[in-house]
Order: sequence, then C-alpha cells, then structure tokens
Amino acid sequence: MTGLIKLLRTTAFRYSLIYFGLFAAAAAGAVFYIYWQTNALLGAQIESAIQAEIGSLDQQYRQGGIETLKRAVVDRSETPGNSLYLLADAEGRHLGGNLKAVSEELWNSTGRVAFIYRRALDNRVEERYAFAVIFRLANGYRLVVGRDIEDRRQFGELVRSVFLWTLAGMAIVGLGGGLLVGRSLLRRVESMTETTRNIMAGDLSRRVPVSGSDDEFDRLAVSLNEMLKRIEELIAGFKEVSDNIAHDLKTPLSRLRNRVETALREPADPQTYRDALQATIEDADELIKTFDALLSIARLESGAAHPNLERFDLAAVVTDVCELYEPLAEERGMVLDLTPAAETIVEGKRELIAQAVANILDNAIKYGTPGDGSPGANAKTISVSLDRQPERADIVIGDRGPGVPPEDRERVFRRFVRLEASRSLPGSGLGLSLAAAVARLHGGTLTLSDNEPGLKATLSLRRLASAAEGGR
Amino acid sequence: MRVLVVEDDVKAASYLANALRESGHTSELATDGETGLERAQTDQFDVLVLDRMLPRRDGLSIVETLRRDGNRTPVLILSALGAVDDRVAGLRAGGDDYLTKPYAFSELLARIEALARRSSPEEASPKYVVGDLVLDRLAHKVMRGGEAILLQPREYRLLEYLMKNAGQVVTRTMLLEHVWDYHFDPQTNVIDVHISRLRAKIDKNYERPLLHTVRGAGYMIRDGAD
Repeated sequence: MTGLIKLLRTTAFRYSLIYFGLFAAAAAGAVFYIYWQTNALLGAQIESAIQAEIGSLDQQYRQGGIETLKRAVVDRSETPGNSLYLLADAEGRHLGGNLKAVSEELWNSTGRVAFIYRRALDNRVEERYAFAVIFRLANGYRLVVGRDIEDRRQFGELVRSVFLWTLAGMAIVGLGGGLLVGRSLLRRVESMTETTRNIMAGDLSRRVPVSGSDDEFDRLAVSLNEMLKRIEELIAGFKEVSDNIAHDLKTPLSRLRNRVETALREPADPQTYRDALQATIEDADELIKTFDALLSIARLESGAAHPNLERFDLAAVVTDVCELYEPLAEERGMVLDLTPAAETIVEGKRELIAQAVANILDNAIKYGTPGDGSPGANAKTISVSLDRQPERADIVIGDRGPGVPPEDRERVFRRFVRLEASRSLPGSGLGLSLAAAVARLHGGTLTLSDNEPGLKATLSLRRLASAAEGGR
Repeated sequence: MRVLVVEDDVKAASYLANALRESGHTSELATDGETGLERAQTDQFDVLVLDRMLPRRDGLSIVETLRRDGNRTPVLILSALGAVDDRVAGLRAGGDDYLTKPYAFSELLARIEALARRSSPEEASPKYVVGDLVLDRLAHKVMRGGEAILLQPREYRLLEYLMKNAGQVVTRTMLLEHVWDYHFDPQTNVIDVHISRLRAKIDKNYERPLLHTVRGAGYMIRDGAD
C-alpha cells in the first residue's frame, strides 16, 4: 500500500492529474458551448417558423371565420411531419388538430411553452417533448401551434452521454498513464536514491545506473557518477595523505618523544639535558615546517580566485631566487647557470611563485649531483632559464642528477612522496607538491621531463604582454 | 623595555612573560581584546604583542583603533594564520611585524627588540659603526680598519641590516624578510651560506671577529669578546 501512496505522491502523477483536470474542463467547456449554441439556433428557427404559421392561420381566421381556420388546421394536421396543432373554443372544447389533449396548466398560459404530450404510435402511447406557441384569437378561440422536439432532446441526451463516457475513458487513460510514467520515473529516481544511500553508508565504489537512452536522467546519472568519482579520488587522496602524515609526522614525533625519555632516564647532567632539549626543539621545528607546508598546500588547493593579485616581472623573480641559492650551490660544488631573460610580466602572487621556484631549485641542488660521479664539464651544472612563449612563460630548471623515471614523474607531485633513494636526505617531501599547487593556482603547470641526463622541471605560467613589448 | 602582551592563552602568555623577564624586559598581560585596547590607550608601552584571534575584540581591530587615534607604538601580531594574505591583512591594519604561531622565543624576542629600536631616532644615522667596521650609507661603502671592502649589492644590504641592529640578535627569517623580502621557508638554510660569504669578506683577515652566530637563534654583529 505504501508503494501506491508513494506512487500517487510522485511529481509525474500529480502533473498528469493536473493536466487531466485542465484538459477535461476545457473539453467540457467546448462541448457545452457548441451544444448550447446549436440548441439556441434550432430553437430560434422553430419559433420563427411557428410564428409565421400562426400569422398565416390568423389571417385565414380573419378572412374566412372559424370554419376556414378549422379546415386549415385539420389539413395541416394531416400532413406528415412533426408539426402539432390544436384549435379550441373559449370553453376548451377540441375543434381540430392533431394534439388531442393539453394539460390545464398549459391551457391557461399564453406565448411560448415547452411541454410533454402523449402520442399513440403502433398501439402504444409514448410521451414526447414538444415546444409550442399558444395564441388567443378573437372570440376566445385558442390556437396552439407546436413542434415535436423529442428527437432533438434525444440527440442532446446522446451527445451528453457520449461526452461523459469519453471523459471517463480519458480519465482512465490519463491517470493510468500518469501512474505508469510516475512509476517508471519513480523507479529511476529510487535507484539513484538507493545508490546515494549506499554511498552515504560508506560504499564509495557504487555508481548510479545509466540506462543508455541518453535522456535527462542519464545525463544526471553521468554527472552524478563523475562527481562521485571525483569525491572518491579526493577521499583516496585524503587517505593517502593521512597515511603519509602518519608516517612522516609520527616518525619525527616518536623520535622526539624517545629522545626526551632517554634524556630523563640518563643521570641528571645539565649538559645532557641541554643537548637533549636543543635537539628536541630542532625536531619540533622540523615538524612545524612540515605542518606549515601541508597547510599552505591545502590552502592553495582550496583557493580558486584569489584577491590581491599583483603584476610583476617574472625574470626579476627568477634572478632573485637564483641569487639567493647561488652561494648554496657553490658550497655544494655546483654551478648555477642562469640565462638572462628580458622583462616578462605575469599576474599572480610574487611571493608564492618565488617560493615555487625556490623549491624547485632547492630540489635540484639537493638531488642534482650524478650518483655515479660521472665526469664531464657540465656534470654539476644546474641550468636555469626563462623561455618566453607567445602566451606563456616557462621557467626551466635542469640538473644533471639521476633524474626521475617517467613512471614516477606524476607521483612526486603528490604530498609526502619522496623517491625511496632520497628518503635519507632532509626535506619534507612537500617542496614539489607545493610548487605544483602554486602552478595550478595560477592556471599554470609544473611538468618534469628528461634533461638527458638529469631532471628538467618546467614551471609554465600565463604571461601578460608588457608595456615595452607593445611598442615593438 | 615595557611590553604589553594581549593573549588569551594564559599558559602561553606566562611562558612569554618569563622569557621577556629573562631578557631584561617587563611585561604586562591582558587576556582579552577590550582590556588590551584599554591598557594600550591609557599607558605607554615600548612594544605591543597582539594575538590575532582574541575574545571580545580581535587583534587587527585593536591595531586599527590605535592607529586611528594616532598611537604609533610598534605592534607585533601573533597569529596561527600564516598565509600570504593573512600577513598582508595584518600589516595593512597597521601592524609593524607579523609572526606565525608556533614561534621560537628567540625569534619573538629578536623581533620585539628590533621593533623597539625602529622607533628610536638613531635609525636615520648616515653611518653605522661597529668596532673598526664602518658602513657609510651615503657613499654605499664599507671599510674595516681603514681598508675598503668590496661587497655585492645583496651582501651590502645584509651587512646594513645586521649593523642597523648591532648588538642584537637577528634571526634567519628576519634576514630573509628584510634583505630578500621573502616570507616563506627556504627548505635548506640558504641564509647561512650568505652569512659565511659575508663573514669571509669582513672577518676573515681580521683578528677580532665581529659577526657572531647565536646558537639556536641567529646572528649578531657586535664589537666585544665572546
């Protein structure tokens, strides 16, 4: 029963009910109007014919007296047809005509009347509808001229009953159709509802069924499925991050804890305590840095349109960051080779882009030394250039290190991912993720490729035409 | 130095008060925004340390009100919000410095001291002198013991900032912010390498070192034996 109630509550059923109601009202209006108009027209025609007849009979009475009129009435009564006549004197005596008896009430009225009369036909008497005009002649004579309208009445009845039956049929078809449509729509919506319930219950792999008819429900289902896929990916990413947090944050945390415990167990020597506390602070600082980087990435990834955008020269930023890192490279026995570039205006956050470039450069300095110590003049060179494309600017940073195998190039952008070989080196593993997030925020990309040998990182940003270039 | 600390976390505030006392400063604590604003308006402090998120009135609104009233006391804003936009909002409201939580006391102290000094008149001095090291800001020249020392532009700015804060600890982040204008954390300590380059130029051939490393805090330039 609840199923039926649910069905009756569907939007489709309610709409078909409303539609049927409106349609029935309109049809009834139209049929009634036509019926009424036709009736009025026929009535008017009959009346004017009767009036004309009365006019001519009256004239015959005036010219020839009551006997002439009586003859005329009897004559006309014998003509087959649906005309009715009655001539009576002042006392109500029947003088002629095919109407034999008329009720008292009818007799006393004048003008137009509708009445029922009896007619004998094939040995039986039937009651028929009639319409007549009662006319009083001089000397109290009364003349009744009418028409039998029983056929017309029966036709009206027929029209009415046909109309009602048709309406009933339409109601059955319309409401049945509404139920049918409602049920099929309900089924599809129910399947979507059930899928979403399952998903809410935790089964993220469920998908809304697609019927393949490419209708609006299919389109809805397809976009719902796309949304679900995105959510599943986000949750998977979230889980991966929490796993990595568990590893990369819990490891230093437990190290920190163990260090303090060990210091407390050892003999109370102020110097030991000092050293342990100092080391604890350093551990804490590392943790804070990791947290900061994580928060920055989360913020970058959640933000789309950012306020406070500035226009600045990307070439100056690249030069600046290179200058910041150049002594570090030199200390590591590497050469930072910057190809000078002309002014290149971009729009965005100078600070974030500088940080992205710094992270890539930091990475190149950290990992850019050939593992096998292969010789060659360029072996320890990190090349930095800013390539100006028509619509974008590419910051290309290449090193001669071991590089990143093609299959890992996407993976290293993920948070905390550090290639196994480099786990021993300090760093949060968030540097490239952050740089990639900065690129995305600015509508750009960060891609890794083979520097033959080594790793080439390309940070691609949208470029604005600068004022100087406009003049060229 | 007299510092007003407006911080609703009483425990954190008492640690901070201890640290300030140990470095020879006196501090006063207000635990909500309204009280903090009232204290800052009625009394004279050298530096205000404001937490950004406070009960009853937030830190930014305190700074804005003070600045509107013409109160120019240096303000350091402490906040857990560390994104570029948050910092910009803090400085735009009238704050002089912005430090993200969690912070190191050494960092906070160095910044408070730098802020207090900034409001003193000696900043405009055309010459910075530390021992026999002289930095001539008008001629853009550096001399030590009468000998000219050639510095790269960035090295010059690094030395200028250190000498402006002579006798005070300057942290790596402060250097990165003031000399390079970056507020992010370079993953490797690039500042140390710049300092050692500078040190090679101003200290290496001289008997008495002037540029000192302060362990766990930063650097300091001063004339005097360790």
